[in-house]
Order: sequence, then C-alpha cells, then structure tokens
Amino acid sequence: MDISREWLKDFVDLDVSDKEYADVMTLVGQKVETVTRMDAEIKNVVVGKVLSMARHEDSDHMWVCQVDVGDGEPEQIVTGAQNVHEGDLVPVAKHNSYLPGGIHITKGKLRGVASAGMLCSFGELALTQNDLPDAEADGIWILNNENCHVGQDINEVIGNDDTVVEFEITNNRPDCYSLIGLARETAAAFNVPMKHHEPVVKACGKGELSELLDVEVPATDLCRRYTARMVRNVKIAPSPKWMRRRLRSAGIRPINNIVDITNYVMVEYGQPMHAFDYRYVHGGKIVVRRALDGEKLTTLDGNVHELNSNMLVIADDEKAVGLAGVMGGENSEIVADTVDVVFESANFDGTSIRQTALSLGMRTDASAKFEKNIDPMLTYEAVNRACELVEQLGAGEVLSGVVDVLNFVPQTVKLPLESDKINALLGTNIPREDMVAYLRRLEVPVEGNIVLVPSWRPDLRCMADLAEEVGRLYGFNNIATTPLRGITTQGGYSDEQKQEAAIGAEARSLGYSEIITYSFVSPSDFDMVRVPADSPLRECIRIQNPLGEDTSVMRTIPLPSMLSILSRNYALKNKDVKLYEMCKVYHPVAGQTLPDEPKVFTLGVYGAKTDFFTLKGEIEALLRCIRVKKPEYEAVKDDPSYHPGRCAALLVDGKRCGVFGQVHPLVAKNYAIDAEVYCAELDFDTLLALREPEATFRAIPRFPSVSRDLAVVCAEEVTVGALEDCITHAAGKLLRDIELFDIYRGLPVPAGKKSVAFSLELLADDRTLTFDETEAVMTKILDKLGSELDAAIR
Amino acid sequence: MKEQLEKIRQKTLEALAEAKESADLEALRVKVLGKKGDLTALLKQMGGLSPEERPVMGQLANSVRAALEEKLTEKAVELQAKALDKQLQAEAVDVTIPGVAVKTGHKHPMNKALDEVKDIFVGMGFTVVDGPEIELSDYNFTKLNTEEGHPARDRSDTFYLTDDDSVLLRTQTSPMQIRVMEKTKPPIRIIAPGRVYRKDEVDATHSPMFHQIEGLVVDKGVTMTDLKGALENFAKALYGEDAVIRFRPHHFPFTEPSCEVDVQCFECHGAGCRTCKGEGWIELLGAGMVHPKVLAGCGIDPDVYSGFAFGIGLERAAMRRYCIPDMRLVYENDVRFLSQF
Repeated sequence: MDISREWLKDFVDLDVSDKEYADVMTLVGQKVETVTRMDAEIKNVVVGKVLSMARHEDSDHMWVCQVDVGDGEPEQIVTGAQNVHEGDLVPVAKHNSYLPGGIHITKGKLRGVASAGMLCSFGELALTQNDLPDAEADGIWILNNENCHVGQDINEVIGNDDTVVEFEITNNRPDCYSLIGLARETAAAFNVPMKHHEPVVKACGKGELSELLDVEVPATDLCRRYTARMVRNVKIAPSPKWMRRRLRSAGIRPINNIVDITNYVMVEYGQPMHAFDYRYVHGGKIVVRRALDGEKLTTLDGNVHELNSNMLVIADDEKAVGLAGVMGGENSEIVADTVDVVFESANFDGTSIRQTALSLGMRTDASAKFEKNIDPMLTYEAVNRACELVEQLGAGEVLSGVVDVLNFVPQTVKLPLESDKINALLGTNIPREDMVAYLRRLEVPVEGNIVLVPSWRPDLRCMADLAEEVGRLYGFNNIATTPLRGITTQGGYSDEQKQEAAIGAEARSLGYSEIITYSFVSPSDFDMVRVPADSPLRECIRIQNPLGEDTSVMRTIPLPSMLSILSRNYALKNKDVKLYEMCKVYHPVAGQTLPDEPKVFTLGVYGAKTDFFTLKGEIEALLRCIRVKKPEYEAVKDDPSYHPGRCAALLVDGKRCGVFGQVHPLVAKNYAIDAEVYCAELDFDTLLALREPEATFRAIPRFPSVSRDLAVVCAEEVTVGALEDCITHAAGKLLRDIELFDIYRGLPVPAGKKSVAFSLELLADDRTLTFDETEAVMTKILDKLGSELDAAIR
Repeated sequence: MKEQLEKIRQKTLEALAEAKESADLEALRVKVLGKKGDLTALLKQMGGLSPEERPVMGQLANSVRAALEEKLTEKAVELQAKALDKQLQAEAVDVTIPGVAVKTGHKHPMNKALDEVKDIFVGMGFTVVDGPEIELSDYNFTKLNTEEGHPARDRSDTFYLTDDDSVLLRTQTSPMQIRVMEKTKPPIRIIAPGRVYRKDEVDATHSPMFHQIEGLVVDKGVTMTDLKGALENFAKALYGEDAVIRFRPHHFPFTEPSCEVDVQCFECHGAGCRTCKGEGWIELLGAGMVHPKVLAGCGIDPDVYSGFAFGIGLERAAMRRYCIPDMRLVYENDVRFLSQF
C-alpha cells in the first residue's frame, strides 16, 4: 500500500522526517518497505522562457533557442520540436541534469551548434497525457498556463514535492489498505490526534432515487451490503490538478472526473467503488447475482470472459454489466457523453472475489482490496464522500437518498479488558490505564471494563489480540528480555539423528560430498532407470497441481535423483565425482491416509578409481561406523537399473536392506554418462533396526596367534563367500580372522577351476596353540572344503 | 716391553684419529685388541718376564687395553653420529612439494548451516524432532488457525496430493507444533527442521522446495520476555555477541502477539546498503506467542499454559552466511560449488 505524505496531512498533522516516520511506523507493526521522494529522479530541470528562436543553419527541422533559465545570461539550447514559440515557458533540463530512468543530460553540440541542455516533453518527465489532459501529446510541454515562473524547479510545477511511503500490510489488517487506516495507525504511533472528516452532500439533483433505481441482491451469501447513489447531468471532464497529482502518488492513472473520484475514495477509505452509466442499466434495475454457467461478459479492458456460477455479477434485468468487485463491464462504461451515473459502493465476500479474480487471471486494485474482507460499514460513508467530491468538483447533480441493502446485522464485538492476563502473556507490568490509553489512541473505545471493537478491526477477537495492541504501542523492544525459564529440559538429538550424523561424517571422510535433491521427480524417471512397467515402485503419489511434469510425482526411489546430479556434473566435465544423500522416499500404504516416508542413504560415483569392490569396502566402513551387524551379500542379476553381473543385495540377519553395484550401462547412457557409474541405495531405517549393541571391552590376547595360508582349487561356480563360510564353520572358535589374498586362474590350475588363497589367523584366549592343535583345525577345514565344495588344497 | 706397549698405544691412537668409518674402527680393533692383535701378541710374551716385573707389566698392559677400548668406543659413537647426520642430510625433502592428497567430501552448505542452528538450540535444552513432509491439510492449516479460503490454501500456492485438498506437501514446518502438542505434555521445548514446499517457480531467490526450522516452547508462565530472551540468545550465538536485533510486530494466524525478528545489517550497521536493500535491518525469523485457540485445539488449557513458537527460513540464513548469490546453486549440486563449504 502506497501512501502520499502530503495526502496524509488531510488526516494527521505530523512534522517528522521521512526516515523517522518510517522507523516509528515499522516498529508499531506497519512495516515500511520503501520510502520514495517523488522528486528523486528529476534533478536540475527548471522552468525556462524562450527568448528567441532561429533556424539551425545545418538542419531543416531544428531550432536554436535562446532560453532564460533565471541564471542571468540566457542559455543556447537546440531543439527539434516544432510546437515551441518565442515567449513560451518550457521545462529545461540544464547542463548536468537528470531525468527519470537515470538519463543524464550534459551540454554538447547538435550538428555543430552548442546546446547547453534540452527542452523536455512531459513524457521525458515521466508524465502521461492522463496527468496532463490539456498538454499537446507531441512536442515540448508548454507551461504557459501552469502558473509557474522562470527558474522554478520543475518538480514544484509537477507537484513532486512529496514522499510516497510503501507499507507491507499484514493479512489481518484490511483496514490498513486505506489512507484513513494508515492515518489512524500514524496518529496512534505518534500519539497525535486524528482529523476526522464527515462527508457532507447537498444533494440538489432533481428526481426521486427510488423511482429511478431498484436494487435486488439475491446472492446474499456473497454480498454483505450494497450501497448506491445517483448523480445526474454529469459533466465528464478531466479532474483538477490536485486530484490527478494525488492519484499519481498512489500509482493510479487519472481518467476523468467521475472515474477519478471513485479511485480517490478507494485510496482514502479502502472501499472500492464503481460508476455505471445509468443509460445502460436496463429497467433501472440492479441485480447482484451469481453468474449463469457459460454467461459471457466483456470487461472494461476489452476482454471477453466466460463466467460460471461461482462468480458474482452486477446485472440489470437482462444482462451482466459488471464482474462484482473485480471490473466493470464495457457495456456500462463511463464515456464522454454519459449523463446519469450510478455510484456503487458494496461489500463482497473476499474469498469469492479472490477466486474469481484468480480464475480469470485479472487481479485488480478493487479485487485486491475486497479479497481482504474489508469492513462492510465503509460503504455508506464512502459513497457519500464520492458524492461530496462530485459536488466539490461541480461534476454533476447528486440525487438525495441512498440505496442501502444490508444482508447482515451489524453487531459490536465486546471483549473484557483483562489487564492481568495481558501482562502475564507479555511479561510486563503495564498499568491498566495505560492499556486503555493505547487502545483509545487506536480509536478502540473502552467503556468500563469492556473493549468495544470497531467494525474495521476484525483481528481483535480475544485477550491475546488485545495484548498485541498493547504490546506494540508499549513497544516490543521495551518488553524485557529474560533467559528461557521453566523446568530445565534435557535437549539433544535422538539416536537416529546421531547415527544419521555419523554415517554422513563417515561418507565425507571416504570422499563423498553431500547433495540435496528435490523430493518430486518426473514420471519418466522410472523409464530412465528402466523400472519395469508393472513394478510397484511406479505406484507413486501424484501432485495434483505440479509446477510441471518434471516435478509431478513424489519419488519412490532415490536413484534417478542421484543419477541426474551425477549427469549434471559429468556434463560440466567435473572429474572423479563422489556424492551422497540422505533423503526420504514416499511410499503409499493401503489403508493409510499419509504415506510412509522412509529414509534412504544413497551413494553415487563415477571415476575416482571406483569399482565394485572399492564401493563394497566403503559400504562396509559406513555400516561399521553405525554398528550394523555383519552383512551378507547376494548377487542380484535381475535389477534392470544395475549391471546384471555387478550388483549385490545387502542382507543383515537375512533381511534385505539395500542394493549396490555398477549402474546398468543403458541407464548410464540415458543419463549421458559415458563412464562406469556406481551407486548404492541403503535403507537407512531398516539398517538402524539391525545394529549391534554398544561395544564392550574384550580382553586383548595374551598368547601369540598362529598364521596359516591356505590355497584351494575349486570349481569356478563356487563363490568366495561360500568358501569363507565353509572355512569359518569348520574352524570353529579358534579362527580369529580370515582374509582373501589371491584368486588365480590358469595353468597349472585346470580350466573351469580357480585357485583361491586365504590367510587364516588362529588363536586361543587361554594358551599358546600347539602345532598339533593347529594341524587338527586345518585338517577339519580341508575335509569340510572337500566334502561340501569339492575344493582341494593346491 | 714397556716401550713396546707405549708404541702400540701411540700407533693405535694415531690410527684412531684417522679412522673415517665404522669399518675402519672395527679393523683397528681386530688388529690391536683381537685374538691375533698386536696387544694380545705382546701379552703372550709376559711369560718371559720376571715374577716381580709380571704384575707391574700386567697392570700396565691392562690399563693400556682399557684406555684403547674406551677411545675406540668413543670414536665409534662419534662416527655413528656423523654417519646419521650424513644420511639425514641425504634424506632431506623439498617441503613445498604438495602432500599426498586425501580427498574428503563436503557437507552441503544448507545442512552445514542447519547443524549450526540445531546445536545452538540443543544447547538451550531443545530436542530435535522430525515429522512427515506429506501432511494433512488439517495440520498444515486448520489446526494452525488458518481458515478456509485463506490465500495460502490456494492451489496456486500449495501443492495438493488429493482431489479434495485434504492431503498436501507441507508449506511450513509449523504443523510439527500441532503434532508435538497433541502427543506431548508440557513442558515442551522442541525444534523441528525439515523440507517444505510452495508452488514457486525456480529463480535466484525461490525454489519449490526449501527448508524451515520450527521451534516451540510450551510451559506454565511462558511470556513474551522468554521468547525475546531465547531468540536474542540464538541470534547472538549465530551472529556474535555484538549482533543487534529488534522485534517488530507482525501477523501469523497461529501466534498472537506475533513478531518478526530483524538483525542489524552487518555491512552498514543500520545505515542502509545493498545487502539490506537500504533498510539497515535483515529479517531473521518470524515468531510469536502460541495462539490460545491453537493450544486449546491440541488439548492444552490456555488458561494454565502458554508458549511461544518461531520459524526460521534456512535458505535465506545460509545464503547470507556463505554469501551465496543464487538459490539455484543450492540445488544444482555442482561439486565445484559443494567443495567450497
């Protein structure tokens, strides 16, 4: 909401700097966003008088003017305009002057003739024909009738000696979308009186309003109040300069006196108004009704809209003449020969207006005000103010009488002033009489112990609301600051949060950097990672109103997110990229309104000398750091996202809790990565449930261990895992450690067989192992390898 | 014989002085003191001496032997030290050659900033809680005193997951206030960080997904002074003891009174500059006393308990802290960006 400080003076006398004004208003809760001097953009432009004019010797259209700018000696200025005459007063941008848009004017030569500046058109001073209805559109702005003098700053002539203050208005204060509302806040903030103005309408027009106009409001739920007056024999003309200037300060384009009056009242009162041409209100009847489905209306901006029954229209007995609260219809527009005018000042349901404006894509000044649910008590005074201005401007003859349809019973909300509770909530000790004084400054009357909430304050409904009013006038910054009191609570992180931090730290120590990706993905991502068409993973939650197809479903797998980031980095030619993310996936669950949101810990790598086994080693380190029990691995040949020969499932206690391996080359290709890509998807929530208890001390061995190497030859199909399991079982509890150190194929090992070599460490806690004991263990191992896996010592 | 002894001693000491390496010393030791050495050979001649002479000479020979052994040992230590010096000199490295790189990864700057915020509040006795991102409209709006028809509920602002708009992607972490109050008896002191979603197109300052940190304190006798104390403490922990903050009345449907907390611009100290867009202050967070309706809706008697809540936008705070100019960088995850933090 923009307000002019000059206009504000109509309601509050206040002599403080712009900076102080903004600071004080901000601290009482009316946050000032910007403070703009209207003369800030125009510098060193003055009124000049053209003393003489001569043709430019080297141009058939330029003039060389001698201009008195009030500096003694006249300045020579060259202009190409043809509407200037000797003796005219004109705006002169002198040497080293500034025009709107940061244009800097300096002296120079035009076709060889020196020019000490520039004569300006109104456009060059950021004015429009609407601001200056009498000025010539082409050429220099002639100031002969502007009541100005040579040397005068052009800002004074334009009326730029003003400051526009832009406020951020909070949702709960519809009253502050008006000059009067902000004037009331200003008066309260600075503790100065508010100057009230009661509109006075003489109403000398001839005729009986009740015979001319009939208003019906069948849509009682969407129109709380409909107030109207009529003006006859209007003389459509430009509005006076002071009114045009004030509208310009509010960012509103002047049109003509009648339309300008409606806008002027809207700024002052926050009550949008509309003026109809009475000629086109058929039957003299106004009906406020819901639109018919498919009904068409051409609005003032010339656009045709198809309406539906959720929208409210202003109609006569035949057709819609306006889209209620949004924009008038073209068919009843005020035009040059309009004679009789109906002023509408109504109160419409905010939500309905907002939804209509939104669905038609036409948010207007009026709809923006209505959607805040403004005070229905405003309509009457606002329509009278408009009629008062009509009379003041001599723009027409106001008929006596007001049509006023009320669809609600005005009731004053009454609240007890509970000063003790207010002090208890604020932690203050403000005397009751001070609270009363603060409320009265805000024009909220207090009678005895009862606060009478004015109609324009729908935000005051309970003790806490009054506490805010008291608090903000007392000053939030004057309220004491105490350390957090109360029962001391043991703050901290949950075990899950600690493990999450730990696994992240471990990943970083392994060279992985953390990424954060969007939770929503494209449905085509499932194709990109080759998820089968009938896979349950494709059953995902759809966003009803997504930004686009690419972000329209909630991910059920983390792989596409990781791959797209790897892909981006690959395209950026980043080498050796290792990434991790702890993210949620979203699985719909039958019978549950809300889905499950398990966390998945994802790794992704290309380059960095990574292969299946380096990745596996890293995963083992990650699992160790959060004390997950010893995992087992199972080859996965049928996950279409992964290489069929280089993919494994992670099992703990027989429970599958992740998959990892080389991403299928076709998938890598889909992501335009021409390198081996490795990924892991670990179900973090599952892993957390499969952890060892806290480590406890185990005696450090006092007796030496025995190392034995063992190389066996077995069939190619026998896995290292199977050999290890077999050895471990056979060796029993004396085996402390087993480590694979070689796999060999080729002569003298027969074809179809391989030699696998392990290093074993045997140890007893209570004695030094004898040679015989060690041999017995080795024999048992070899027997079992032979019988179970057909593996023999090499 | 005495002369011979003296001669051996002299010659040996001369040789010792000239010895350059440990090997020379060893050779000298064998030559003089070894089984076939000069001194040993001389001692073998002792049998030819008279019984009176024998102990005298024996004593003399032993003292010569002891002296020579001591000198040899001394010299050996000296030579070893020299040899070590030489070796160490030969082993010297160019210390400006880069170390063998250990490539460690980096925490995402959003989480780095988040961890800092979490630690501050944990230090103040807050527990960190987590909750669903896919949320009921009831929790995201209704129970937070946001009426039907409120603009925030519009489909142009909020992502909905069901036809009837009953399930949505949470637009704020505030529903966690309700979830905690419904389940927990006061005293409550929690923060709830997490992802939130709003229907904003991606640009330099917007992202359809971003992060907030919700805070909630409920207890008997909690007042606005506690809110101010806690949040001032937080601001000073984050921005330093000399950070200047102010409380400005504002509006949120679920707190009353409500305020926004600004921190004085670090660049211009309140004078107004580009960093603070001329305002002199930078918005830090929104806060307020929990609305009595919200407390009552969660089964907490507002006549007995009161509380305050706050919400911090992580992206803005983190981008300011790390001078990140464009939010798109945050979610592009270019490793050249990530490795800077």
